Amino acid sequence: MAHYDLTTPLSPETVRMLQAGDSVTLSGIIYTARDAAHKRLVELVEAGKPLPFEVEGAVIYFVGPTPAPPGHAVGAAGPTTSYRMDAYSPTLIRLGLRGMIGKGKRGEAVVEAMRRYGAVYFGAIGGAGALISQCIRQSEVIAYPDLGAEAIHKFTVERMPLTVVIDSEGRNLYQEGRRTYLAGRKD
Amino acid sequence: MREIHAEQITEVVARLCSEANRQLPDDVRRTIRAARAAEDWQPACEILDRIIDNFELAGEVPICQDTGMACVFLEIGQEVHITGDLHEAVNRGVAKGYTEGYLRKSVVRDPIFDRVNTGDNTPAMLTIDLVPGDRVTITVAPKGFGSENMSRIAMLRPSDGLAGVKAFVLETVEQAGPNPCPPIMVGVGVGGTFDKAALLAKKALMRPMDDQNPDPNYAALEAELLASINALGIGPQGFGGRTTALAVKVNALPTHIAGLPCAVNINCHVTRHKTEVL
Repeated sequence: MAHYDLTTPLSPETVRMLQAGDSVTLSGIIYTARDAAHKRLVELVEAGKPLPFEVEGAVIYFVGPTPAPPGHAVGAAGPTTSYRMDAYSPTLIRLGLRGMIGKGKRGEAVVEAMRRYGAVYFGAIGGAGALISQCIRQSEVIAYPDLGAEAIHKFTVERMPLTVVIDSEGRNLYQEGRRTYLAGRKD
Repeated sequence: MREIHAEQITEVVARLCSEANRQLPDDVRRTIRAARAAEDWQPACEILDRIIDNFELAGEVPICQDTGMACVFLEIGQEVHITGDLHEAVNRGVAKGYTEGYLRKSVVRDPIFDRVNTGDNTPAMLTIDLVPGDRVTITVAPKGFGSENMSRIAMLRPSDGLAGVKAFVLETVEQAGPNPCPPIMVGVGVGGTFDKAALLAKKALMRPMDDQNPDPNYAALEAELLASINALGIGPQGFGGRTTALAVKVNALPTHIAGLPCAVNINCHVTRHKTEVL
């Protein structure tokens, strides 16, 4: 399992190089979206309208941060459970989305789109919202301010620690990590 | 009769919402540190270290971005008279705590037809019990939905018995896998009616993580379930490891001759609750 320091946007070659279990630090611009924002993005795609950010090479972080207290760019900002975005992710992956950050399982249609178009699913530590917020240097709402915490934020992140959970070949750390642990357990 | 103004309750609820989301209870901290010490799988150790860093760092910023629905529990002494509107006082406290405390507002007006944010995290999910005495005990337990969504209830048959309860709890944790941010706390409610089993499970999540069920049968069941869950190998964040659950608590009530309700309420490692007595 390798370690990579990556910067967004992600190239197709970078994505194909990453394997389940690799650790990554991610820097650059990422976009936030969760349930309600994903619904709107996919409605725009279906209506043939432009999206509020360039999807090609982009990374979406499934998060709804707490409001920024004075002196902070953002409040707590850990990942939300990803399966709720499964209905929408394949459409965005088809348009060139190369990375998703979340936690928890993904459906087969998402993994199939990741294989076909080349995308990777990263895990951030669920419940570590205060720790992760330290990597977020700037935050700006770029779409859907009416959604509050669910608005699309443009985050500038610096060395955000992530783990490759599902790679572009469909290998899955949730299955492999558990299997390896159970195979090597002493008790 | 002792008199308490509803506004006093507003102030306490507001403070507890803010504090519960910033400071992890001592028993939860102790249990996570003990789990880290007992874990020997390297990826799991690294994640537990970061989880410990996170709760130590929280304060100005909440522990987790899902600052939850505000579950509020009031134990009101029978010899207390509350002046003013109690429900309104609790909701005002939640609104104040979530707004002034820079907490996330995560509540929508209607689950199906009007999913529009209420803007102040109200209404509270309020449970009121009347108890002897002249005090009011107020507990705020913010509940995140990553773990709430992985909770289940089953109306088992009496013939399913102990084995049925164990199987249902394990199946629930297995199905949840990495989704509820393991390591988790598992609250189990058995007996009563459909609704009471769920409430028992929710209240089980507020027991101290390192306590012992006073009933030896249930103490043994809790220990066995914890060992079985931690043999699944799901591990912290689902990347493999020993520490899938930090604690299992089972609460029971008498039930009907025809029934064995079993509710499993899952909480994440950010198991939050704070209590104050008026």
